[in-house]
Amino acid sequence: MKKSKRVKPLNDVLSYFMRKRLKKEYENLKGEVAMHLHKLEKIWLTFGIGILIVFLIIVGVGAFAMGHKPASSIKTIDPEKVTETAPFDNPGLIHIEGNKYEVNLVAEAFAYTPSTIEIPKGAEVTFNVVTKDVVHGFAIAGTNVNMMVEPGYISTYTQTFSKTGEFLVLCNEYCGVGHHLMMSKVEVTE
Amino acid sequence: MANSVVRIDKRDGKLAMAHFYVAFAALFIGGLAGLLQTLVRSGKYTLPAGIGYYQLLTVHGVLLGLVLTTFFIIGFLFSSLSKTAGTLSSKRRLAGWIGFWTMAIGTTSTATTILLGEASVLYTFYAPLQAHPFFYIGLALVVVGSWISGFAMFTHFGQWKKQNPGQVTPLLSFMAIMTMILWLVATLGVAASVLIQFIPWSFGWIETIDVLITRTLFWYFGHPLVYFWLLPAYMAWYVIIPKIIGGKIFSDALARLSFVLFLLFSIPVGFHHQLTEPGIDPNWKYLQVVLTFMVIIPSLMTAFSLFATFELYGRSKGAKGLFGWFRMLPWGDARFLAPFIGMLFFIPGGAGGIINASFQMNQVIHNTIWVTGHFHLTVAATVILTFFGIAYWLIPHLTGRVMTKAMNRLAVIQTIVWTIGMTFMSAAMHFAGLLGAPRRSAFSTYGDSAQAMEWVPYQIAQAIGGSILFIGIILIVIIFINLAFFAPKGETEFPVGEVSEEAEKTPMLLENWKLWVGVLLVLIFIAYSIPFVDMIQNAPPGAKPFKHIL
Repeated sequence: MKKSKRVKPLNDVLSYFMRKRLKKEYENLKGEVAMHLHKLEKIWLTFGIGILIVFLIIVGVGAFAMGHKPASSIKTIDPEKVTETAPFDNPGLIHIEGNKYEVNLVAEAFAYTPSTIEIPKGAEVTFNVVTKDVVHGFAIAGTNVNMMVEPGYISTYTQTFSKTGEFLVLCNEYCGVGHHLMMSKVEVTE
Repeated sequence: MANSVVRIDKRDGKLAMAHFYVAFAALFIGGLAGLLQTLVRSGKYTLPAGIGYYQLLTVHGVLLGLVLTTFFIIGFLFSSLSKTAGTLSSKRRLAGWIGFWTMAIGTTSTATTILLGEASVLYTFYAPLQAHPFFYIGLALVVVGSWISGFAMFTHFGQWKKQNPGQVTPLLSFMAIMTMILWLVATLGVAASVLIQFIPWSFGWIETIDVLITRTLFWYFGHPLVYFWLLPAYMAWYVIIPKIIGGKIFSDALARLSFVLFLLFSIPVGFHHQLTEPGIDPNWKYLQVVLTFMVIIPSLMTAFSLFATFELYGRSKGAKGLFGWFRMLPWGDARFLAPFIGMLFFIPGGAGGIINASFQMNQVIHNTIWVTGHFHLTVAATVILTFFGIAYWLIPHLTGRVMTKAMNRLAVIQTIVWTIGMTFMSAAMHFAGLLGAPRRSAFSTYGDSAQAMEWVPYQIAQAIGGSILFIGIILIVIIFINLAFFAPKGETEFPVGEVSEEAEKTPMLLENWKLWVGVLLVLIFIAYSIPFVDMIQNAPPGAKPFKHIL
């Protein structure tokens, strides 16, 4: 019986490039570049590329080993049914357990609901933000909370508040004529 | 190498000049809009006659980010090709004119909708804010016009290669074509978005739009867009500046290699503008962050080559000591001074860019006015000062005039004024951004919030910087008008540098277009295919338009 060949189009395309072209050309290029580089330029580039690699490793370790990634939620919501969908039908602060809290916010041109959020000091707060209309930028000045809010998605970020005081919540993505008036407040109390 | 004093064909010169008229008109109007914005944001000034802040902001972004740059660059590329690959054929010149008029009609269409207040969506036109259909149609025409000119350039270059088989192509032409390939591949994304989504949606033929897809296609275009601005400046740095100072090009091969690397690593990187967005897996964002940082390599190469050129020249003039060559450079020549200061601005500009693209660090500055400060260093200082430096010899070369000593002195003053104004404005923007002040926002104290009040002094500093910059705009417009219409008749050199005798032969591999475009497409496929399919498959319900809030 004839063995049927498995079709792997991506592999075939790539291996075509690898075999017929890239490999040979890459070797050529490497040789050519090495030959053409001035000695001082080699030192300069080695140093520069070395720093670049160290830098990318630090960023990567911060992200993947220590969990410090930018907001990237993939949860979706029907943008026209925001106010009918729990928990956004009743936005505000919810105590989960211990020092863990959740705040559900609704953004619309040109306001956030709720317009004031009171949080106890030391709380670890997860912000879930949705928009009823256009794109907004949810940012809390003086903190790392800064994320895009787009129709159809629930944006999420967790932040611990270790200092008391009042923090300004603003919209930092243009959303229309009243964009600069769109705000809320986080009050961190003892 | 063609004699650099010989004027390029007058008809080609006319085509290039047409582009420059539009570019400098856009510079003046866009610059005026910029001045008014900084004044509004100081909190001490209110706009007259019902002009909206965001309307002005749209004018500023569209005219300076899209119109000034695209027109200037196409004019410069046509001139460079005509100079180094020969006079255009009449068919290709006609294509250039058709491209020009298509772009001009597009600009008029877009500008009209903005002036009527029907398109205050800023130059990024993020859905579901919706502008008048003719805003999008105008933008599409600008892109299509640039493609027509681009194809004229490609065929012109192809003809040179056919007539000179086996020869290394002229460096300036090679770079012009690289720039245009980058533009073509990048604009495919935004063109698809505008033609398939925005135009039908703005006419009401389709009810909803996929917001994340449009944003992703925009930034697939938006980042290479900044390299489309930067590469012509690099052309001047690599090829023109060595000739102006009387030195040689350090290495033809390295110059080409850096352009190849810029082409490869400026497109599959758009996610670094979307780092804080929902709907994109963080692993894919990180992959594109890594690809983004690859452009640091050609940037380091460029810095090395340029300063090597400067040092070799200074030492050839007998400079002593470690930095003695620095004093030998022609500081009084505006053709050198303006681009050189542009290079210096690129050091903080590039460092800021590394911060912006650093994955989680992006949260600290995303959408703050820090970002505005950043791209005013890169585009509005580095690129534009280099473009001014190009204009100081290219305009008189094309119009058969010479720049007088007085005009050169004025251009030196212009450069200094620009440097001071930009330092003030951009530094103030960076600091305010670190404190959380948003970009793209009219003046607001957010109900006298203590945090927002801290931003106000920086905003006043921005207005001072903006006012100084506007003086710079007036000066450059005076110089442009003088060089185009009033300067004394005469011959001005089109400086094209020659390669140093010590430089090695250029490997033909660098001219293998099919290979480089192939590698580019593979990289784009790797960086975008899976997340893009993911976005489509897991898309939320589409978004209806919003117009009444503009």
